[in-house]
Amino acid sequence: MKIAGLIKRYKLFLLIFFINVFTLLFFPKVGAQSIKISWKNILEMLSVIPPIFVLLGLLDVWIKRETMMKYMGDGSGLIGVLIAFFLGSAAAGPLYAAFPVAGILLKKGSKLSNVLVFIGAWSTTKIPLLLFEASSLGTTFTLLRLFINVIGIAVIALLTDVLLSKSEKEEIVHLAIARD
Amino acid sequence: MTQIFYLISISALVFSFLKSKEKTKLALKKAWKSFESILPQILSIILLIGMLLAILTPEQISMYLGNDSGWIGVLIAAIIGAIILIPAFVAFPLAAALLDSGAGYMQIAAFVSTLMMVGFVTIPIEIKYFGKKVTIIRNVLAFLFSLIVAAIMGVVLG
Repeated sequence: MKIAGLIKRYKLFLLIFFINVFTLLFFPKVGAQSIKISWKNILEMLSVIPPIFVLLGLLDVWIKRETMMKYMGDGSGLIGVLIAFFLGSAAAGPLYAAFPVAGILLKKGSKLSNVLVFIGAWSTTKIPLLLFEASSLGTTFTLLRLFINVIGIAVIALLTDVLLSKSEKEEIVHLAIARD
Repeated sequence: MTQIFYLISISALVFSFLKSKEKTKLALKKAWKSFESILPQILSIILLIGMLLAILTPEQISMYLGNDSGWIGVLIAAIIGAIILIPAFVAFPLAAALLDSGAGYMQIAAFVSTLMMVGFVTIPIEIKYFGKKVTIIRNVLAFLFSLIVAAIMGVVLG
C-alpha cells in the first residue's frame, strides 16, 4: 500500500528518470552530461535546503499568530513591507524553497501583499546572490538591475493584490491553513 | 552564506530544544513534511533541466542572443530564462560567458531577470501554495517586467 502510494507520487520523476536512462543508452554523450548536471543540482539542493526547512518548522511552532499578524498582518503598514523585504533578501536557496515558507507566513496571518514582497525579494534581491552577480557581471549591471527590481517587486505585489478579490485572498489563506 | 544558515538553524534548534523537547520534535516533523511534499516535483524538475542543459550548450544559446538580435533575441533570452532553473553559481558565470561570446547586455539582462523571477517549471509547486490565479498573475507580470528591465539596461549599458 505504502509503496504504491510512493510510486504514484513519484511517477513523473520515475518517467523522466527512465527517459534519462534510455538517453544514456542511445545517446551516451548527452545522457552522461545530463546526469552529471542533474547530480550537481541535486547535491546543491541537498546542501542549501535543510536549514531553510528547519527554520520553517521552528517558525511554525514558535511564532504566535498574534505576533505575525501584528508585524506582517493587515495593519502592519510599512514595517510589514520592510520585514517582508528583508526576510526575503536574507534568504538563501532557490525560489521553490520560498513557497513553503510563504505558506507558513500566510497561515500565521501575514498579509498577502507582504508575502508577495517576500517572494519578490527572495527571487531578486538576495544579498549573497548580489555579491556573486557583481563579481561575474560587474557592479554597474548588478546595481542597476537591483534598483529596477526593487521597484518591480513593489509594482508586482501591488498589482497582484489589486487584481484579487477578497474571497480569492481568503481562499489562499484557507489553502495555507488546510495544509497543516 | 550557506554555512551561516546552518549556524543559525542549528543554534535555533538547540535553543528550541532547551526550551521544549516536544515543540522541537514537532518543528522537525513539520520541516520534513513540508520538504517531502515538494520533493517529487523538485526531483522531476532537476532531471528535466539536466536533460535540457545537456542538449542546449552555451555556444548554441549565445548564437541567438547577439547584440544585433534585437527584441527577438531579448524574447528568446527571456523565454529561456523563464523555463530553465539553475543555481546562481551556475547562472552568473553562464551569463558572463554568454556576454563574452557575443551576447548583448539587453538580452542577458532579460535572461538573468526571468531566470530569477519567473519559474515556469516550478508553477505546479507555486500553485500548491498560492492557487492558480496568483501564480499566473505573478509569473506573467514578472515576465513582462523583465522585458522592461532589458529595455532600461539596454539603454543604459548598451
